[in-house]
Amino acid sequence: MQKHVIEVEDMTVAYEEKPVLWDIDINIPKGVLMAIVGPNGAGKSTLIKAMLNLVKPISGKVLFNGLSYECQRRYIGYVPQRGSVDWDFPTSVLDVVLMGTYGKIGWIKRPGKKEKEKSLDAIKKVGMEEFVDRQISQLSGGQQQRVFLARALVQDADIYFMDEPFQGVDAKTERAIINILKELRLRGKTVIVVHHDLQTVKEYFDWVALLNTKLIQYGKVDEVFTDENLRITYGSTDRVLKGEV
Amino acid sequence: MMSLELLLKDYTLQIVALGSAVLGAVSGVLGSFAVLRKQSLLGDAVSHAALPGIAFVFLITGIKNTEMLLLGALISGLIGTFMIIIIDQYTRIKFDSALGLTLSSFFGLGLVLLTYIQKLPNSNQAGLEHFIFGQASTLLKRDVFIMIGLGVIILLVVALFWKELKLFSFDPQFGKSIGFSNVKINVILSSITVVAIIIGLQSVGVILMSALLVAPGVAARQWTDKLSMMVILAALFGIFSGVLGTLISSLVDNMPTGPVIVVVISLIVFFSLFFASNRGIFWRHIKHGKNKRNINDSRVLINLYELALNHKDVYHPHKTEVINLTNNKDKGNANVIKRLLYLCEKGYAKRDYFDTWSITDKGIKKAKSIIDNQGGESL
Ligand SMILES: Nc1ncnc2c1ncn2[C@@H]1O[C@H](COP(=O)(O)OP(=O)(O)OP(=O)(O)O)[C@@H](O)[C@H]1O
Ligand SMILES: [Mg+2]
Repeated sequence: MQKHVIEVEDMTVAYEEKPVLWDIDINIPKGVLMAIVGPNGAGKSTLIKAMLNLVKPISGKVLFNGLSYECQRRYIGYVPQRGSVDWDFPTSVLDVVLMGTYGKIGWIKRPGKKEKEKSLDAIKKVGMEEFVDRQISQLSGGQQQRVFLARALVQDADIYFMDEPFQGVDAKTERAIINILKELRLRGKTVIVVHHDLQTVKEYFDWVALLNTKLIQYGKVDEVFTDENLRITYGSTDRVLKGEV
Repeated sequence: MMSLELLLKDYTLQIVALGSAVLGAVSGVLGSFAVLRKQSLLGDAVSHAALPGIAFVFLITGIKNTEMLLLGALISGLIGTFMIIIIDQYTRIKFDSALGLTLSSFFGLGLVLLTYIQKLPNSNQAGLEHFIFGQASTLLKRDVFIMIGLGVIILLVVALFWKELKLFSFDPQFGKSIGFSNVKINVILSSITVVAIIIGLQSVGVILMSALLVAPGVAARQWTDKLSMMVILAALFGIFSGVLGTLISSLVDNMPTGPVIVVVISLIVFFSLFFASNRGIFWRHIKHGKNKRNINDSRVLINLYELALNHKDVYHPHKTEVINLTNNKDKGNANVIKRLLYLCEKGYAKRDYFDTWSITDKGIKKAKSIIDNQGGESL
């Protein structure tokens, strides 16, 4: 029945007095692989966090398949920006991936055999089976990124939000990750990815959102990923805010 | 050894030491999380904030009833905690400033009240100042039983919420995104930390309590990369310093317990920072030197091997200068000779005449396998 799996309406976010996101409206259909593109500080991470209720918007509402985040969070997976945690934390790869199962387990109960198997599967999927028991402090940046991806995969979600999953990974890992994302899309999942490399947008994604505080444009890559729109997006934020776009 | 004898004989001392052991264990466990969450200073603020509560209760009741005093400490500690959280949430003052503000204002108020109490014509006030630096010998049997009870509760809570505590210490944002409430975890962790601080006030005192909370965790982190191991080790370090500190302070008249415990745990921290097996500065240095030497040995062997390949006769001897690939002729040569002598000793190379060297069959085989393993193989 629901045509759009994600609906964002009138979303405005400010950490301090200046808004970081201004009146965002997006409707995202099911089964797309969508890039969020924009300069540093454009509010890409904030947009994801606001949709996931991690920062409180000043105004606006978000619906997932017609319901609020609170109702649907079991079906939503999240890959935070890699730099958002301290990788010197004393724990292993398997332990971190297991955290992806915590949401379904709930309070107090511990992950069991089933959860462990699921996590091992996900670790294999991202090609990290050699590193299952490795301490996370001894991983390279690309390996850390794959651990985060595996943790999201065990969430077994229908919508995924990924904040710069390609940051600091080599070409081979990037290809491995994009293949996993494309496979998710094939299985009908909706995947939203913050992406920085404009060269690969056309190749990797079918939808794109151009963001710089305001939502400049969004839609099918062929239609909205134009030089003109990119020029506006990567122009100064002030111009974007003032000038009618 | 005198202290050991003392401990075995003296029942009161045993009780006191038991109390310190419980305190050490609890501090170690909670401190591990405080260290990992980078909130070491929160405990400092809360313990300082407990002082005015103690003074207030004494002013109101006029007697020194431990439970009542600690209840006062608990209440003002909690008020301090909430003040920090509220300042942080609702003003533009940063978290560390909020801590400093709360710590100094509450502690200042506590000192003012204590000074006022000292001047009162009430003989009961003697000993209140023990709450500043701690005096474990003032513990009564009943106090220790309360400590044990609260300690067990704290440990149970940690065991129960282990998974959540781990999740929130590592990645709170993700934890929130999968539906665990930040607020709940924070309330749980802050409350048990406040309780741990309260049970430490008598023996360690408000000023140094936070050191006991942080130091075992820091020391334990040096020895292990596993959270459960870290927490257990921190508890053991806490127990050890608690008991030893108590014994030492009871051997010397009027020696406050808190500083002694903190000196002991600080020694453990320093020792760990330098000598811990995987992170300690000392071993890291040695390991690094060994790795470097090993890689240098391999490089010299590979150079020799490549020279041999470029020559019709593989066993043709080469001069040190030719094998040395560094720019520094004098120091470099001496170094290369050292490495070459080592290779000769292992049978990978042979010295020919003065400083000319050739590779052996064994050396050729080794060099090939090192190249195959991209340097990953050691000599
Ligand atoms: N916790 C915070 N408190 C105050 N300001 C913040 C906070 N987080 C982000 N900001 C500000 O909000 C703006 C948007 O930040 P955000 O992290 O969403 O940008 P981004 O598009 O993800 O950038 P990047 O490409 O660098 O990751 C920035 O100007 C940033 O300084
Ligand atoms: Mg970002």
